[in-house]
Amino acid sequence: MNHPFERIHGPMTRKQLLRRAAVGGATLSLPGILAACGGDGGIEGQQAATGAGDTTVAQELADEITVSNWPFYIDQNDDATSFPTLDQFTEETGVKVNYLEDINSNEEFFGEIQAPLSRGQGIDRDIIVPTAWLAARLLNLGYLQKLDKSAIPNIDNLEDTLASPAWDPNRDYSLPWQSYITGVGYDPKKVGGEITSVEQLLDPALKGKITMLDSMEDTIGLFLLEMGVDPSGEIDPTAYDEAVAKVQKAVDDGQIRSFTGNDYTGPLAKGDVWASLAWSGDILILQPDNPNLQFTVPDAGGMTSVDTMVIPTGGDVYTASTFMNFFYDPEIAAQVTAYVQYITPVKGTKEAIEATNPELVEDPLVFPTPEALENLYEFNAEAIENPEFQEQWQAVIGV
Amino acid sequence: MSFLHRHGWLTPYLLLAPGIAFLVLFFVVPLYYLGYTSLQEGTVQVGYTFTWAWDNYSEAFSTYQEQFIRSLQYAGIATVLALLISYPLTYWIAFRGGRWKNLLLLFIIAPFFVTYLIRTLAWQNILADDGFLVGVMQALGLVSDDGRLLATSTAVIAGITYNFLPFMALPLYVALEQIDPRLIEAAKDLYSSSTKAFLRVTLPLSAPGLIAGTLLTFIPAAGDFINAELLGTPNQAMIGNVIQSKFLEITDYGQAAALSVILMAVILLMIAIYTRILGTERMTG
Repeated sequence: MNHPFERIHGPMTRKQLLRRAAVGGATLSLPGILAACGGDGGIEGQQAATGAGDTTVAQELADEITVSNWPFYIDQNDDATSFPTLDQFTEETGVKVNYLEDINSNEEFFGEIQAPLSRGQGIDRDIIVPTAWLAARLLNLGYLQKLDKSAIPNIDNLEDTLASPAWDPNRDYSLPWQSYITGVGYDPKKVGGEITSVEQLLDPALKGKITMLDSMEDTIGLFLLEMGVDPSGEIDPTAYDEAVAKVQKAVDDGQIRSFTGNDYTGPLAKGDVWASLAWSGDILILQPDNPNLQFTVPDAGGMTSVDTMVIPTGGDVYTASTFMNFFYDPEIAAQVTAYVQYITPVKGTKEAIEATNPELVEDPLVFPTPEALENLYEFNAEAIENPEFQEQWQAVIGV
Repeated sequence: MSFLHRHGWLTPYLLLAPGIAFLVLFFVVPLYYLGYTSLQEGTVQVGYTFTWAWDNYSEAFSTYQEQFIRSLQYAGIATVLALLISYPLTYWIAFRGGRWKNLLLLFIIAPFFVTYLIRTLAWQNILADDGFLVGVMQALGLVSDDGRLLATSTAVIAGITYNFLPFMALPLYVALEQIDPRLIEAAKDLYSSSTKAFLRVTLPLSAPGLIAGTLLTFIPAAGDFINAELLGTPNQAMIGNVIQSKFLEITDYGQAAALSVILMAVILLMIAIYTRILGTERMTG
């Protein structure tokens, strides 16, 4: 049995090299060609290669699988010493899980993994869980490997609404982990009342006591909604400018304490920060630390997206696919949902959870009603990759 | 052996070879790549190409002037504060420490066995809005009732001062330790006041430590980003934060490299002026 990180890369034939270069060079880019030279995984990741179907994956489980995910994103036991579902996975398959909670923000994570992936090297990860837009970017850059669907019969449990995103219409390269809602997490006692809009965070009484997210799609998305602009459609640059100007003014006034990734949770739980742009499930997990904390979707609407499991170059496809399959079992998904309280992509979870946590079934943040879903928007994927938008945003967050 | 006998002039070069190889490998080559990268343009999507993109420099300089100036200010203030704290401290240890010298010195260094990040995170707790320190200072009227310490310039400068203190204290201690106390006694025997003896004897003799200490503090402090990141807000962002996010988050390698080169040049220039005024020979005693 080969260790996933010690897989032997056979020498590449000239034909392979040329073919890979041709695929990678669809845009004739340097990273493309470098990725193409990167040994196995390079070609499977190329979108242009879809349908080639000549991948033969060894259907043998590795000893260990390494997964990178966001903090607070999987069930833990009471004293936070182990991850019960991961233990079950190990019990069932014999595969040890090296579970890393090392994704704090998509941009940061991309910066870390980009260099080796662009050279076609692995990143010592079998599964990573970026947000959909980053997963799409990774796919376009040729950094991902095709799933081994023969190992994922549970893919039938994937929610229909998530089955065919534009960037991966057949889910050949990706499977959702959880969907999240971006809204406001706050302590009503400190803030002095209920928060129903993002505008309220700009109240001078909260000066220096609020944080916003460093991900443009979350923060600007919420401001656009407040302005009555639908961020999932095409975004008018003047509307974008206006939203950016609002945030910039708040920065200049010292209103915003910091722009954060997932690390807003510490100061918010401690009470140094009174209100944060936040992700739904986090706040529910923080409540034991600070029972006052509330999560709310602004009246004008909340943002949403899907954090997505993908297999980067160098990852063990069969083992990773087996892992994905495990988490698409509704019983397992229910255990995760009961703890993380995010929106599950797995059909049947609601029924499975009813027996153990009936109150969760009623929670609109975990199982959103159709009306609640209508008030959630996913940021326009093209706008996220718009370099001018990105540049403006970077200037606002001070870097 | 006989080869070396015949070519004796080679010996010093051979002895230097490991050092030179090290410098070439870990200084000259990276520096070359930094310069090379700083003239590239492109993105992850289309790739990076070398185009003599001098724009990187002009743009980096004009866009991030504020952060440059702030970095030099914070580093400057922190260096002065570290000096004001370290000098009396190490003076006392060197001249009055007696047999406790080593133990006292250990006390200065002990906190630094804990990693940098953890120490800075600890400051978040010390300076927390609902924390003890802010409470006391509010009671004393040093901080207004709705005021705070965390996420202000004060916090960032305090963090830098604390984190770089040993770089100031240790060279100072070494310099002060070496001063022969009899010289100060002699000055006093010659009717010098204590102040004058300090200014004319102790201070000049400790100058090498002082110069080394200020340089060792100022240079890394100017490029620091952890303190601003953890103890500040976007309004306290230093040039290190910009470089870090340009390299790691925005993957704009060209401009990130250009910013690094500019920072290096500015610091070199400042050191040149500083040592010209104080004299480099003092650095080596």
